[in-house]
Amino acid sequence: MKGFDVTVKDVSRAYGSFKALDDVSIEIHKGEFFSLLGPSGCGKTTLLRIIAGFDSPDVGTVLLDGKDILPLPPDRRQVNTVFQNYALFPHLSVYENVAFPLRLKKIQPTKLDTKVREYLHLVQLDAHIDKKPSMLSGGQKQRVAIARALINEPNVLLLDEPLSALDAKLRQNLLVELDHLHDQIGITFIYVTHDQSEALSVSDRIAVMNQGKVLQVGTPYEIYESPATDFVARFIGETNLFPATVLSCNPYKEEYIVSLDIPELGTSIMVTDYDPLQVGQKVSFTIRPEKIKITTDEPRRVGKDINLFSGIVEEPIYSGFQSKYYVSLSNGTVLKIIQQHNNYMDDGPDIAWKDNVFVSWSAEDGYIVEVVDS
Amino acid sequence: MNVKQTTVRERRLGITYSSPMGIWLTVFFMVPLLIIIAYSFLTKGLYGGVEFPITFDAYLQMANPNFMRVLLRTVWVTTLATALTIALALPCGYAMARSKHQTLWLGMVIVPFWTNSLIRIYAWIAILSSEGFLNEMLKTLGFIKESLPLIYNQGAVTAVLIYMYIPFAILPLFTTIDKFDFGLLEAARDLGATKPQAIFKVLMPNIRSGIITSVIFTFIPIFGAYTVPLLVGGKDSYMIGNIIVDQVTKTRNWPLASAFSLIITLISTLGVLWMMTSTARERARIKQQPLKDREDTLGPSHNGLTSAGRVS
Repeated sequence: MKGFDVTVKDVSRAYGSFKALDDVSIEIHKGEFFSLLGPSGCGKTTLLRIIAGFDSPDVGTVLLDGKDILPLPPDRRQVNTVFQNYALFPHLSVYENVAFPLRLKKIQPTKLDTKVREYLHLVQLDAHIDKKPSMLSGGQKQRVAIARALINEPNVLLLDEPLSALDAKLRQNLLVELDHLHDQIGITFIYVTHDQSEALSVSDRIAVMNQGKVLQVGTPYEIYESPATDFVARFIGETNLFPATVLSCNPYKEEYIVSLDIPELGTSIMVTDYDPLQVGQKVSFTIRPEKIKITTDEPRRVGKDINLFSGIVEEPIYSGFQSKYYVSLSNGTVLKIIQQHNNYMDDGPDIAWKDNVFVSWSAEDGYIVEVVDS
Repeated sequence: MNVKQTTVRERRLGITYSSPMGIWLTVFFMVPLLIIIAYSFLTKGLYGGVEFPITFDAYLQMANPNFMRVLLRTVWVTTLATALTIALALPCGYAMARSKHQTLWLGMVIVPFWTNSLIRIYAWIAILSSEGFLNEMLKTLGFIKESLPLIYNQGAVTAVLIYMYIPFAILPLFTTIDKFDFGLLEAARDLGATKPQAIFKVLMPNIRSGIITSVIFTFIPIFGAYTVPLLVGGKDSYMIGNIIVDQVTKTRNWPLASAFSLIITLISTLGVLWMMTSTARERARIKQQPLKDREDTLGPSHNGLTSAGRVS
């Protein structure tokens, strides 16, 4: 693995009374595609600017390859940034923009030329070498910015919402390209985004941030399937989330079978969990919409580990490959359910508005989020 | 409706609308300029004014080494004062553009215009003269015993010229720097530029039009200045402006005064032309190629990426 590891230790940064970063610690491994994910104002960009050297923390340290980089100015750190608004130099051509870092280093002209062309080829801009940035489209500008940031051969590449100014389809394409580029170059990428689907699709690991704090660090799978807090559960993907109280907790094989009282569902349900819980403990229960089954007929075999409810479809939303249903239960609570359309249906989806339906999920598919007292 | 008729009508309207400015320029600029050109080719009248026959006398008289010395000095003082003005105005404009209190600073730059320029020059005399504020203060504080020769020399002229014309340099610089994306400076630092490198390689080229405007706004009036060298300068700080005044009022050589005026106009015009062509060339270069070949889609990108290989 190339690239350096980045260690952020106990970093805090306040602007007046606003805490942009509140005691943040993250370990980013060598060669990792690491995402900082959170809503705007969560501190992710501040953290990136601290690593780049444009901002400094009130307390804490930042280590690059084990060495403290906070005393170094931005031009002496072995990191480069791809900026959100590209930050291309408008007075220079595409070629000169990419050559800029090399010209500062006074690299020999023939060597410079070879290298600049090589990197422009890397981002497929060979045909646009002599254009000014103002003549490029958004996607092309972003590629120039990427080539310019990579030509210094940094050990860490920082990407500050690099795709947010592009339209959805182009964003998907460039995201795949970035992922390929990362595989190819092998240096550490730190990617800042507020878009959870972007982060999930390319990251090796993700740090979810909110209000200046890191809530959870994990692989996309861990973040999605076992969110550490209510916020993470709600922010990543869609979910049904309810406050609950533990009624009982009994070991079963390597797990525990937990019975939860959920006032909003009007009953108790079964969930499996890997950790023992105290009876009477307050927790949050989350079940992803795609894990709930929806049928018009009552399921025949209902085991003890199946949670079954009946309700009325309030809002069916058809979107081609799937449908989303808002089902209201007898006590008025609304569940979100997503059903994939895997087979061709002669008469369209068989569940319609105001249909009486049965919804069910297995105890294994729910997840208990432990509530941290705040 | 006939399209051609409309354009003819519109063209006629355009002429109508622009006529006040056209008349103004003709009556108050073109005609006087032509008169000056004509005067410079006529013979000097005994008590001022001009007479026939047509002659090149005025231009031959300009070859006088005394006049040449004044002309060279004027060029030198103007260049020096302009350079210093821009050097001072640049950091001012930069600080103003980055400040949160732009309106306050703008007000402070504009407020001096509310006072007549002659009064402001006399104020400088009160400050700089041998019993003036500055000398007296230095004496009171014990730094000097005898008054310093702060006035009636070339230094005083340059200093007061800078003071008079620095607002004309600050304002265009401020407006250009205000539009500059300061994120570019961070990008430059990120790519390995030191602070001065970022300023000179990224900020300066991008505010070029503002710098050129400032140079013209200061160079032209300073080149024709005559009150400042007259009031705070000595015998050796005469500038072309003073010669023109002398030729009109004392020596009464109107053709020579006209010839000198034309020299000033010629040099100023060349300056403006240089500015206009260089910015026009810049604009032409940007517009050269149309936005025709946008290719944003991925296409065979993986091949492109993998064939490039990692450069190390």
